[in-house]
Amino acid sequence: MMQEGLDDGPDFLSEEDRGPRAVNVDLQTDATLQVDISDALSERDKVKFTVHTKSTLPNFKQNEFSVVRQHEEFIWLHDSFVENEEYAGFIIPPAPPRPDFDASREKLQKLGEGEGSMTKEEFTKMKQELEAEYLAIFKKTVAMHEVFLCRVAAHPVLRKDLNFHVFLEYNQDLSVRGKNKKEKLEDFFKNVVKSADGVIVSGVKDVDDFFEHEKTFLLEYHNRVKDASAKSDRMIRSHKSAADDINRIASTLYTLGTQDSTDVCKFFLKVSELFEKTRKIEARVAADEDLKLADLLKYYLRESQAAKDLLYRRGRALVDYENANKALDKARAKNKDVLQAETTQQVCCQKFEKISESAKQELIDFKTRRVAAFRKNLVELAELELKHAKGNLQLLQSCLAVLKGDT
Amino acid sequence: MPYKTLILCSKICDGMNAYMAYKVTTKTSLNLFNRNEFTVKRRFSDFLGLHSKLASKYLHIGYIVPPAPEKSIVGMTKVKVGKEDLSSAEFVEKRRSALERYLMRTVNHPALLKDPDVIQFLESTELPRAVSTQALSGAGILRMVNKAAEAVNKMTIKMNESDAWFEEKQQQFENLDVQLRKLHASVESLVCHRKELSVNTASFAKSAAMLGNSEDHTALSRALSQLAEVEEKIDQLHQEQAYADFYLFSELLGDYVRLITAGVFDHRMKTWSKWQDAQVMLQRKREAEAKLQYANKPDKLQQAKEEIKEWEAKVQQGERDFEQISKNIRREVGRFEKQRVKDFKVVIIKYLESLVHTQQQLIKYWEAFLPEAKAIA
Repeated sequence: MMQEGLDDGPDFLSEEDRGPRAVNVDLQTDATLQVDISDALSERDKVKFTVHTKSTLPNFKQNEFSVVRQHEEFIWLHDSFVENEEYAGFIIPPAPPRPDFDASREKLQKLGEGEGSMTKEEFTKMKQELEAEYLAIFKKTVAMHEVFLCRVAAHPVLRKDLNFHVFLEYNQDLSVRGKNKKEKLEDFFKNVVKSADGVIVSGVKDVDDFFEHEKTFLLEYHNRVKDASAKSDRMIRSHKSAADDINRIASTLYTLGTQDSTDVCKFFLKVSELFEKTRKIEARVAADEDLKLADLLKYYLRESQAAKDLLYRRGRALVDYENANKALDKARAKNKDVLQAETTQQVCCQKFEKISESAKQELIDFKTRRVAAFRKNLVELAELELKHAKGNLQLLQSCLAVLKGDT
Repeated sequence: MPYKTLILCSKICDGMNAYMAYKVTTKTSLNLFNRNEFTVKRRFSDFLGLHSKLASKYLHIGYIVPPAPEKSIVGMTKVKVGKEDLSSAEFVEKRRSALERYLMRTVNHPALLKDPDVIQFLESTELPRAVSTQALSGAGILRMVNKAAEAVNKMTIKMNESDAWFEEKQQQFENLDVQLRKLHASVESLVCHRKELSVNTASFAKSAAMLGNSEDHTALSRALSQLAEVEEKIDQLHQEQAYADFYLFSELLGDYVRLITAGVFDHRMKTWSKWQDAQVMLQRKREAEAKLQYANKPDKLQQAKEEIKEWEAKVQQGERDFEQISKNIRREVGRFEKQRVKDFKVVIIKYLESLVHTQQQLIKYWEAFLPEAKAIA
């Protein structure tokens, strides 16, 4: 097991991640509907995901089929859930973030430009590393898109959504273009209104203790997860930088070793070899921390936001209900438009109660999922850290033994 | 002949005046000194003064004189890690360590150890104050040496190198210099990033603790607090490792880069050039004398003959000087190589041992955390 980290392949994801990539969510794999992303292709400025479905449900024409989807179509699906009044009482699975290869692509380009200024070995090494980085980002974006689909498929109501089925089955382009400038501006204003409204709505004290607690909890939790996510990113970036330095040190030691005519050249070469191996391990440590810790925190940042959105919708419905009550009282007092007021009040009441009921369950499920995901990831993080530290230790000790034996 | 001269530098503050003084303790079994163990107080300028004396005595005859410690402790590549506060503990420690290494290198040189200035420096309670330290700083000396080297180069000397050994060694030293500088720069970068990593890990630890506080599932909350503790310990570890990176690895490399640029080969070229000039001069004097033979000017002829004698002596001296400096450099380079090999071997092993320790600690911390993570129910 310890030698695993020492091969030359650019494979940054360890063996454990080859299974269902839904690492951040603990989902039961249900035979009636299984969705995964079986393949992905990265082209110039877009990624094409092959969405593969296995289902025994009668809604689908076949039991197993695949379609090709792009990021915008995932967003379309997510937005259709958000805009659907029927789903107001659910935590809408957060949309996957846009695939961002800009930084990686820029680095590869810079490398190409600087080809003349470095030795062939240095160039090949850097190219391999950048390609590995690109691959890691690629695998991550695939995982995040897959998690979104799996969450939808696991949800008792969302899995039946018509748009979802179209998304899974329709083998032509869904022709959903990204939002144009006007629509993006509309969204922006909508969000401003929503935030302002959210402040008003959240100010309303809830009679229900459970929801009052959840509101307070989620607000604080969301902010702290955001902070932890940012700090973990910074920590991991420093780790990667340190690993890069060790790489350069290894190269220079190698040159020194080949140039040196004295006894110490053996030392240089041996230590250079050692550092080549240990820095690969360090890079893997950073990559694993990224997957198990940083991605986990990022995911729960998005999910806690989705939970907050649910609470907002419920709060909004509550305010509407209370307003409808007041309106009804007024109407009765004036004896004007009473019927209309009664209907409105009924509708608001039903809406509020429906949301409340499912929201409670959703929030409980959220906690269960969260605890399970943290447990899984923290355990795996610790196990990987141990594995890598032991690997490093073994390399260091065997190198030391050789060097000490020589002096 | 086995002997042990140990020098420790510890900082003492003189309450009256605002300068830093260093306690130099020597432990030795050599007969050169009056006692076996003695301590003196020295200031930074005293060290520079010692170096300038040694440089003026020995550099031009081909001894590799250890370069004086840098006045400003900024790395060769000017990589700064935060503000270098002159009174900060870190700065003082860096300087103390540099001074100690400087003295150790000096006394390890068999000829320098016997030098009266060195003995006086180590032994006598009172030392005449070094006059002007500006020109005497390590960088100052370097500038002087480099200027001399430049002057040599400007004369476009094409030295007939009859000795392949020198050509080879010079090339080797140049290559070594290039690679050591590169290595030094990378190690400094590593020190910088490790310090950054330590800071960011501490920051993350605090953040994780906060997250643990707001988590309302008890077991998960506790596990997150434990994670925060682990990360806090790891940040300490990173700090210690950065310290080792620096003191073991980086400083050694810096010392060697400065040693190599001490310029012995240039002095040899200068000596050779002086010898050649003397030969040219002698030739001219001989020609002048030959001309005067037929000029019937007995006084001038006598003077010319005397000048010839003078320049013959100078040529002989020039040749002797050249042979002496060549011999000295050969011996010095041999000694330097031996010392270099020893130094690097020792430091590399010490450095790897520090890395081993870090990994062992990491294993300990994560092994303690794992059951906590598994206990989340």
